[in-house]
Amino acid sequence: MTDLLMPHPAPATPGGSTTTGDCHVEWKKPSAAPVSVNLAAARERLQSRGGATYWRSLEELAETPEFGELLDREFPRFASEWPDGVSRRNFLQLAAASLGLAGLTACTRQPIEKIVPYVRQAEEFLPGKPILFATSMALSGVATGLLIESHNGRPTKVEGNPEHPASLGATDAVTQASVLGLYDPDRSQAISQLGKAATWTTLNQQLTSALTAQSAFGGAGLRLLTGPVTSPTEARLIAALLESYPQARWHRWDPLARDGATKGLTEAFGAPVGMRFDLAKADVVLALESDFLTAGPGSVRYARDFADRRKVGHPEGAAATMNRLYVAESSPTATGTVADHRFRIRPSQLGGIVQALAAAVGVAGVAAPPLDTASAKWVAATARDLAAHRGAALVVAGETLPAAAHTLVAAINEALGASGGTLLYSAPIEADPVDNLTSLVALLDEMKAGKVDLLLVSGVNPVYDAPADLEVAAVFQGSSALRIHHGLHDDETAAYCQWHVPATHYLESWGDARAYDGTVSLVQPLIEPLYGGKTTGEMVGALLGRPTDDAYTLLRETWEGQMGGETFESAFRKLLHDGMVPASALAPSQPAWVGASVSAAVQALAGEPAGGELELALRPDPSVLDGRFANNGWLQELPKPITKLTWENAILLSPRTAEKLGVKGNDVAELTSPDGRKLTGPVWLLPGQADGVATVHLGYGRTRAGKVANGIGFSAYAAQTLASRYGLPSVTLAATGDSAELATTQGHQSIDWMREESEQATERAIVRQATLSEFEQDPHFAHAGAHEGIDVNASFNPGFEYKGYSWGMVIDLNACNGCNACVVACQSENNIPVVGKEQVARGREMHWIRVDRYYQGDVDEPSAIVSQPIVCMQCEQAPCEVVCPVAATVHSTEGLNDMVYNRCVGTRYCANNCPYKVRRFNFLLYQDWETEQFKLQRNPDVTVRSRGVMEKCTYCVQRINRARIPADRDQRQVADGEIQTACQQACPPQAISFGNINDPAAKVVADKKNPRNYSLLEELGTRPRTTYLAMVKNPNPELSA
Amino acid sequence: MAQIFPRSANALARASVFVALFLAAAGGYALWTLAHSGYVTREGIILQQPVPFSHDHHVAQIGIDCRYCHTSVERAASAGIPPTQTCMNCHNQIWTNAAVLEPVRASWRDGKPLTWNRVNDLPDFVYFNHSIHVAKGVACTTCHGRIDKMPLMYQGAPLTMKWCLDCHRDPVPNLRPREEVTNVLWQPPADLAARQKEWALANHVQSKVSCSNCHR
Repeated sequence: MTDLLMPHPAPATPGGSTTTGDCHVEWKKPSAAPVSVNLAAARERLQSRGGATYWRSLEELAETPEFGELLDREFPRFASEWPDGVSRRNFLQLAAASLGLAGLTACTRQPIEKIVPYVRQAEEFLPGKPILFATSMALSGVATGLLIESHNGRPTKVEGNPEHPASLGATDAVTQASVLGLYDPDRSQAISQLGKAATWTTLNQQLTSALTAQSAFGGAGLRLLTGPVTSPTEARLIAALLESYPQARWHRWDPLARDGATKGLTEAFGAPVGMRFDLAKADVVLALESDFLTAGPGSVRYARDFADRRKVGHPEGAAATMNRLYVAESSPTATGTVADHRFRIRPSQLGGIVQALAAAVGVAGVAAPPLDTASAKWVAATARDLAAHRGAALVVAGETLPAAAHTLVAAINEALGASGGTLLYSAPIEADPVDNLTSLVALLDEMKAGKVDLLLVSGVNPVYDAPADLEVAAVFQGSSALRIHHGLHDDETAAYCQWHVPATHYLESWGDARAYDGTVSLVQPLIEPLYGGKTTGEMVGALLGRPTDDAYTLLRETWEGQMGGETFESAFRKLLHDGMVPASALAPSQPAWVGASVSAAVQALAGEPAGGELELALRPDPSVLDGRFANNGWLQELPKPITKLTWENAILLSPRTAEKLGVKGNDVAELTSPDGRKLTGPVWLLPGQADGVATVHLGYGRTRAGKVANGIGFSAYAAQTLASRYGLPSVTLAATGDSAELATTQGHQSIDWMREESEQATERAIVRQATLSEFEQDPHFAHAGAHEGIDVNASFNPGFEYKGYSWGMVIDLNACNGCNACVVACQSENNIPVVGKEQVARGREMHWIRVDRYYQGDVDEPSAIVSQPIVCMQCEQAPCEVVCPVAATVHSTEGLNDMVYNRCVGTRYCANNCPYKVRRFNFLLYQDWETEQFKLQRNPDVTVRSRGVMEKCTYCVQRINRARIPADRDQRQVADGEIQTACQQACPPQAISFGNINDPAAKVVADKKNPRNYSLLEELGTRPRTTYLAMVKNPNPELSA
Repeated sequence: MAQIFPRSANALARASVFVALFLAAAGGYALWTLAHSGYVTREGIILQQPVPFSHDHHVAQIGIDCRYCHTSVERAASAGIPPTQTCMNCHNQIWTNAAVLEPVRASWRDGKPLTWNRVNDLPDFVYFNHSIHVAKGVACTTCHGRIDKMPLMYQGAPLTMKWCLDCHRDPVPNLRPREEVTNVLWQPPADLAARQKEWALANHVQSKVSCSNCHR
């Protein structure tokens, strides 16, 4: 048995101790091994329900007893079980003690607290009032402009910079979670040499002597390994280094690098080009194995532009504004779920499909290869649709496609007239773009040959995340070079370097970087480096013999050189204030096409291996990406967009493929590649997955990431080779006979409408959708058949009149892509704890906003996958309020369903009575009250909840008060848009609107008047304040017929 | 068998019922008093401070306005405790050698902040906002007591939830004109009740008793 099946150390709190509560009791789930699903029963069940039914999991369809439990009970069975070994005697003892102690709590006096004022107070500082600073976070070198909320000098919350083109005010999930990364207690905290604490001075003495030796032969033994660099300052310093040491070499490595696109476009245009999309102009989009709306550079902006074309309000003209998205992918992604047509394909089919498309849109020199009937049909229809929208069509190729496919896609886009409209070419944003894998291989070859004397590894972790056959660890170990590792953690690569220097987090750094469109974005620190730490620029500076120059000096140098002059000081301050250099986006250009590239690409694609019985696809994890965010508890506990798995990765198989291979869900299976590499992990049945494809997410199985990430999941890099970076065309899979329990939230908080089989149940479905033509015929389709003859407003009591504010929210299901940014934003804003895998498995995750994922249609061929964010509905007639024996949840005069933590005694009646299942209970002391770093992260405007207390979404009442009090002070109304809830602000497609429904000009009122607006479980008469806009799909009539 | 208890024991038994009731009531009263006493609420208790700062001296005798030191009271939730710099504005000129001010000078010299003991301390789940109270015409002394008569600082009111709610349910009797909020010597006009209604209207004073007004 592999270590996968060993009980994982349950990381309770990010980086905290492994005990989840303050009671230090070992918890064991009393249930037996996980029950696997009877697929035949599931299919039969679905058949009897009719095709258009929505369902959430195979367990639900198969009507397993476990699912029934989830549905019937607010908390799954055993969720409130006593720890093992509690006898009646213990129980009575504890009950008596708690009764006694409950009385005693009233007798405690508050401790005397301290006030520590400044000696010299900073300008513009108001105690208790957060200040926003503009900065940027670079991911794989590409920046997103941010505004960081700082409370008394502590960064607590990340928001997007509304003026930054890559953000427009929104952020993605990893950016939201990055603030937790700053306070990660597992970050390396000191410079070390061979594991012993050392100093910057000693390191620099060693560097000086090594560099003196190097300068004799032009730095021939000096090597630099970094991630992709877009930063003008870093690029300038590296260029200076290469100038001083002409024989030195600069290598790049980043597992997320878009090598295929870089190479493919270089082939097409003869030189590297930058590429970005303008989705506002795109009427028809085809994404090939690409999750461009939630992953990769510019995705936040793309999601916004894309969704803006789908927020249809008035049926007249809807067809003119609404775009159409085709997605062909092997494993369902967030982008796939919003597609109008989603095709399940195997990665090995992509080459043929790209060629067929190229031929169909008229790319000269490409012949359509033979395709199976189904593929041929959709390729033909898609190509016709794309060609019909010439100039407003776009094909997006995923980063896992081979370079030749990228060349062909560029040719297709050329034939569709995309360039200059939906697609913009420019100079590359990266300094000296290279093929990362080639670059890393070159470095390793030289190390093997003993040509490297001094190596600086900055911000990358190749020992963990490079293809296994490169054997980076062995090469590092065998090298005689002086190896210096610079990174946030003392990670896998640091273990193979003599020196380790802690890096600064971006919230502690000075620097700059370019955004997806080239906009130069400034990075300024929000806090002094917690543990010293150096930036990449400072490390290169040290190599340049400037060890004492800090990042600020280096940054100023760059911009003084560019802007110069007497006005520099004020101009530079303006750059820092704005967070970016105005109008620095790279100018669009039209690079010249290299004629022979198409035929070369066709030839190259012909050489791609054909797919075997089972293909393996290796993809970055939707939450922790390539593993760089693995030690972030928020991201680990974030249910992944489609699988809803937390805390680990799995082998994803379609139900049909699993049946064929003779494995069941939760079986532990072993994947074997032709060259004998093995991956062992649990199988997860994923409807919507392409048949014959096993998808495994990278980023797990870390060994030196920290307390949160170490030892969870399995590393898929073990199966990666030079030739198969993104997967293998043929692998075998065999069950090992073991089974594993996975912590998925897909069945948790299931709303109890799904089992009903009456026509009515379908009509008042939780998720409502129609096609564009249906919407045009009947704009009020979302209300068809609903609450006929029921007056949901009927009451014996006179209603309450909301004279002032009356808050409300609308969530547009047509804009939501299920990217999870809202979930992390809410967690960050509202001090929501991390509970650990074991507690998630018990259904005790604490997220106030959850994203429910529904499938529609067949188990093997789901017709739709829908994401539905669920927050507290703030019901007007709230079922939770009437059952609370201590009035801990009551209505406010502004319509909020207030939750009063200090009144709550933990009866959980409210949660039991909530039809939307949005209430979360602190079964244990989930908050880490010990770790100093986490105390700095918390939002001081939100109470930190303790054990035994119920909590739920408050509509960010602290933000409401923060806006309402100053408005009241100035004797005015809060303006529309002045209050943004955390989920709303983070949402890349801006699917959420919030405001005062008494203000006729508010956006939320306009949204509530949208004919697509409907309430969940309206017939219960709860009168929710959160309502939803039904989905409208825009299918191609040719394909839907 | 002879009776164990004499007949007179009946009276004792009857009396003991009343005694028990009385004791229970007295006990309850004692607990109630304790819970509302200064011992628990800290009302009127003087805390040891690094410098025996006298509000009496600075406010009543010198006449410094509250906002000279508590600068953010009109703009933020917290009124603000002055930085050492504010003390030194005057005390680098006067009382420059006073022994009692040595901690202030040391703080200024070394750049190390003074550490005060918090006198008016609400529980952490209560989010009080000074600026809105001041804007509505609730005076400093209404909650903090006659600061100008405190040589050493103490809590001037019980600061219990009941005490907060008494005013939140009916704020009008506690109002002043906005511009008189920091005036410790303010004399109410003769027609106070009528004027208070006017001020309440002018400043849009409302009764705010929703939980989320103070608890988040």
